[in-house]
Amino acid sequence: MSVLPDPRDPPNRAEPELRAPRSKTDLFVAFTWLALQGFGGVLGVAQHELVERLRWLNKEQFVELLSLSQVLPGPNVINLSLMFGDRHFGWRGALAAVAGMLAAPLVIVLALALLYAQFSSVPQVAGALRGMGAVASGLIFATAFKLAPTLKRSPMGLWPCVAIALASATAIGLLRWPLVWVVLALGVTGFAWAWHRLAALRRAR
Amino acid sequence: MSALFDLHGLDWPELLQLAGHFALLSVLAVGGAITLASEMQRYLVVEHGWIDALQFNAAIAIAQAAPGPNILFVGLLGWSVAGPLGMLATLAGIMLPSSLITFVVGRLRQAKRDALAVQAFSVGLAPLTIGLLLATGWVLALPLVTHLVSMLLVPATIVFMLATRRSPLWMIALGAVVGAFGGA
Repeated sequence: MSVLPDPRDPPNRAEPELRAPRSKTDLFVAFTWLALQGFGGVLGVAQHELVERLRWLNKEQFVELLSLSQVLPGPNVINLSLMFGDRHFGWRGALAAVAGMLAAPLVIVLALALLYAQFSSVPQVAGALRGMGAVASGLIFATAFKLAPTLKRSPMGLWPCVAIALASATAIGLLRWPLVWVVLALGVTGFAWAWHRLAALRRAR
Repeated sequence: MSALFDLHGLDWPELLQLAGHFALLSVLAVGGAITLASEMQRYLVVEHGWIDALQFNAAIAIAQAAPGPNILFVGLLGWSVAGPLGMLATLAGIMLPSSLITFVVGRLRQAKRDALAVQAFSVGLAPLTIGLLLATGWVLALPLVTHLVSMLLVPATIVFMLATRRSPLWMIALGAVVGAFGGA
């Protein structure tokens, strides 16, 4: 089954109906389960759980929340959980989501710290960690490829989007330039171009 | 019980200083706390000598191996410095300021969602977000280029995730087994 939406499909047909968390407990449990699957990073799992399994967000909403989470200080996935929880159940929802994200993994990290001293020299342990690291990298790439088609519907136009995406990937991934400056420069560029295009669309209406 | 409050030789003002320094870093942590790991190393290991370089690296390695957000390495650093209260100091320090900023900005954004500036922000930052994801995938894959089996796991995971809707846990388990016994 292809995950890329067919551009000929009307938008409604390609997207199943969205659902919402029923309670703060629901939020806490969902974010705990999500965090516990996140070996080497939670972002790829978050996309899978929130968009594909739970259907609490569509791809566009996920990209939007993630965009905001990335430019704000703090861990992306925590910021994302916090804003998602707040939108549904206010500050208590924000707390429930963030607590879900942190509580169980914190206990596991501490338990691992106790075990680590004994097993860090076993080659199979180092090998397993490396294998999981490779999968973590693949998960992040897959998330990028799944979200990329949302750019086809961007008011900015496809090519400006592709240019900004590739420029930021090159600057951070290949050239290892400091994130703050890249985000500032390309973020302001994207913002200005989007402003220009959206304003033109509004005038046309 | 008293072990819970053993500060490993730190005094209370130093514990507050620890929390304060991480609170300062929190505001700067655009792109996640891992971008500030080198600054944390300088502060904890070089400037104060509260832990040594090996303890610092172990905290990062353990947090990477565990499930959950990478930010937990900050808690582990605090634990190595001053036990459970140290963990509380560093985690609260790194979490509270950035979370408060996110909370306020998230609400502002919801309240003004029809404003041109807010929409331009969402639309204009989407391509940057996807570019940053590609960069993260690349940076995580880079240390593995000399291991053929690990490098095969990267595209295998991409295909698995794009072609099926199964849980990523299957690939993570496969990665662990292949890594441990496949000579990766």
